[in-house]
Amino acid sequence: MNLDFSPDEKTFRQEVSDFLATELPVDIREKVRLGRRLSADDHVRWQNLLSERGWLGANWPKEHGGPGWGPVERHIFDEECAAAHAPTIVPFGVSMVAPVIMKFGNQDQQSHYLPRILANHDWWCQGYSEPGAGSDLASLRTRAVRDGDEYVVSGQKTWTTLGQHANMMFCLVRTDPEAKKQAGISFLLIDMQSPGLSVRPIITLDGAHEVNEVFLDEVRVPVANRVGEEGQGWTCAKFLLTHERTGITGLGHAKQALRHLKSVAGRARHRGRPLLELPSFRHRVVKAELELMALEVTHLRVLAAARDGGAPGAESSLLKVRGSELRQELSELTRRALGPAALPFFPEFLYGDAQLDAEQAENAAVGVQYLNRRKLSIYGGSNEIQKSIAAKTLLGM
Amino acid sequence: MDFSYSDEQRMLADTLERLIADQEGLPHVDQHDEKTSSRAPSSLWRTFAELGLLQLPFQEAVGGLGGDGIDAMIVMQSLGKGLIGEPYLDALLLPGTLLASLADEAQRERWLEPLLSGEHRLALAWQEAEARYDAHNIVTRAERRAEGWVLEGTKQVVLAAASAEALLVTARLASGRLGIFLVPIDSDGLTHRDYPTLDGREACDIEFSGVILPQDACLSDNAGEALDAALALGRSALCAEAVGAMEVACDQTLAFLKERRQFGQPLANFQVLQHRMVDMHLNLEQARSMAILAATSLERPAAERDYRVAAAKAYCGEAARFVAEQAIQLHGAMGMTDECSISHYAKRLVMFDHYLGDVDHHLEFVSERLTAA
Repeated sequence: MNLDFSPDEKTFRQEVSDFLATELPVDIREKVRLGRRLSADDHVRWQNLLSERGWLGANWPKEHGGPGWGPVERHIFDEECAAAHAPTIVPFGVSMVAPVIMKFGNQDQQSHYLPRILANHDWWCQGYSEPGAGSDLASLRTRAVRDGDEYVVSGQKTWTTLGQHANMMFCLVRTDPEAKKQAGISFLLIDMQSPGLSVRPIITLDGAHEVNEVFLDEVRVPVANRVGEEGQGWTCAKFLLTHERTGITGLGHAKQALRHLKSVAGRARHRGRPLLELPSFRHRVVKAELELMALEVTHLRVLAAARDGGAPGAESSLLKVRGSELRQELSELTRRALGPAALPFFPEFLYGDAQLDAEQAENAAVGVQYLNRRKLSIYGGSNEIQKSIAAKTLLGM
Repeated sequence: MDFSYSDEQRMLADTLERLIADQEGLPHVDQHDEKTSSRAPSSLWRTFAELGLLQLPFQEAVGGLGGDGIDAMIVMQSLGKGLIGEPYLDALLLPGTLLASLADEAQRERWLEPLLSGEHRLALAWQEAEARYDAHNIVTRAERRAEGWVLEGTKQVVLAAASAEALLVTARLASGRLGIFLVPIDSDGLTHRDYPTLDGREACDIEFSGVILPQDACLSDNAGEALDAALALGRSALCAEAVGAMEVACDQTLAFLKERRQFGQPLANFQVLQHRMVDMHLNLEQARSMAILAATSLERPAAERDYRVAAAKAYCGEAARFVAEQAIQLHGAMGMTDECSISHYAKRLVMFDHYLGDVDHHLEFVSERLTAA
């Protein structure tokens, strides 16, 4: 038993780190570091660079043009990206719909969509949640009525992350209203330019435009865009959600957030001394450090099990719960560390092109990031849902 | 990166599992039955010797089997699962590790070899009331005089001492350094007040009043680093034991929730209890990770080793208490009774924090060494 990375893995880490040091554009790195919103073009530029390097489909097998990395390499890649302030890869194409198309898509779908995803040609978004179907996803009501070679889709999707930039959406729709809840659902790929489809922004409590509502009013979708059989959509959806959860520990982000916290609390002053020396504050930082140490080893245990052939099962639910709680705690401590300096709100800087002086720029995102991180325990299946999943599948309750 | 056991380690774990399963009844109660004033080891200790468990964690050069921190973890985790009170840590691991690293040839022959063969047991007396969990800031003194070494001082809650042939006693020297002395339990001027601990271990307070020792009783006149290494191993071993006990506490609580019916259905149907059970499980798995981190860090440079071990001991202390308290709560009033084994696991898990430094002690240690990166 040992916790060390192999020489090959260390070489790989160096390779990733070198690539990030030379290829990640400085302006993008700086935006991520300061917590400023990235433009669609920033995302596309970065993902094009990854695509050229052959690293965009980090979770893809070689047969589909991926690098064929195992869970450990993917973890190293994620960790280095977070440490280097690289943008998070927009997951909806490469990490979410692609595995579904690989597993359930037909030959035409695979040869059409997969190369486009890998070349970063399409921007995908996720049409899952609805106003009446959040944690209870299977109660979704968006209807798809068969009309010859097409479905006519009507309904509403919500919380569609970065949907304002997307040209494609994968979407759960109800094709059989008579069938039992899960059985009547199908999985459709929808062109966002289709007549009858419109996107409306939802502004969240941090002032950001990250999520959207998507309205579908008699949108015509070719039957050829259905993945899997009619009524098999829930199987695709569940398969996709396991992929969504495995990366959701956010270990690399948590490590980065702890480093940031220590630096902020080391600079902030309390009675002339660094705030980090204030015992009550330091105590919470130490507790967060311990939680991160434990979470990292637990994460590595799950990775090693996955590498050795075990399926990432309900353990990823546990990782999601602890990972999100930890990142929320870190964002809370960083916000508090700033003291009064956490209050100023500069949306034109964070979400636009306005400039700030250096010190204000360093601190500008801390408060809104705390607010933004509240999403971590809600999305991807809320933590309460995760616990219920773990109770059922892991503990047989 | 590899979290699996070697073939030998898997065999060791299987052997221990069978051995633990063969122990009948409530371990805590058995222990009291077998407790005598005799220094003769119990039958279970003799079985440990036959199985090679007493040689296992020591280097081949000193008569051991060359086991490492992981082997010690496997043994302690099993003892934790079975709630076995045999003082594997206190009578063997701690004193044995110090002897293995500090003893000369003659001392090894006199003290270590019989320890590894199971002929006698030893104990480590390091803890003092004023120093609390700090092994270095002690007031017990040893002075070299014409007649030998003279030992003066008091040690608090010394585990497994009454059944030990001799004690390894830490004492401050005139040089200011930390010395360790081999002190037969029946030495003149040594008095011990025996008592059981809340979690059923045998312990005592010991007073050394002008105890005169021969020159060769001094194991080391500069033992600080060796003591830190031994305590690191001990803390790592305790974490492993707690993980074993937490695992059983979680299993028993889960089984109880599935079996116990109220309001016409199993308790396991209630979401509030499901989520609590998941929280217990989460604490168990995170504690297991920390126990692994500690056990795999024992060969690292001292600063790194001690940082990780302190982090693990603090984390496991919190986790063990959480699991213990929730196990009682979820068992309802039954969890409060002596006849329900969960109460014995819970006691051990809570008192775990009082051995070799508690949460506050180790959090402070980590806090003092917190790095920017």
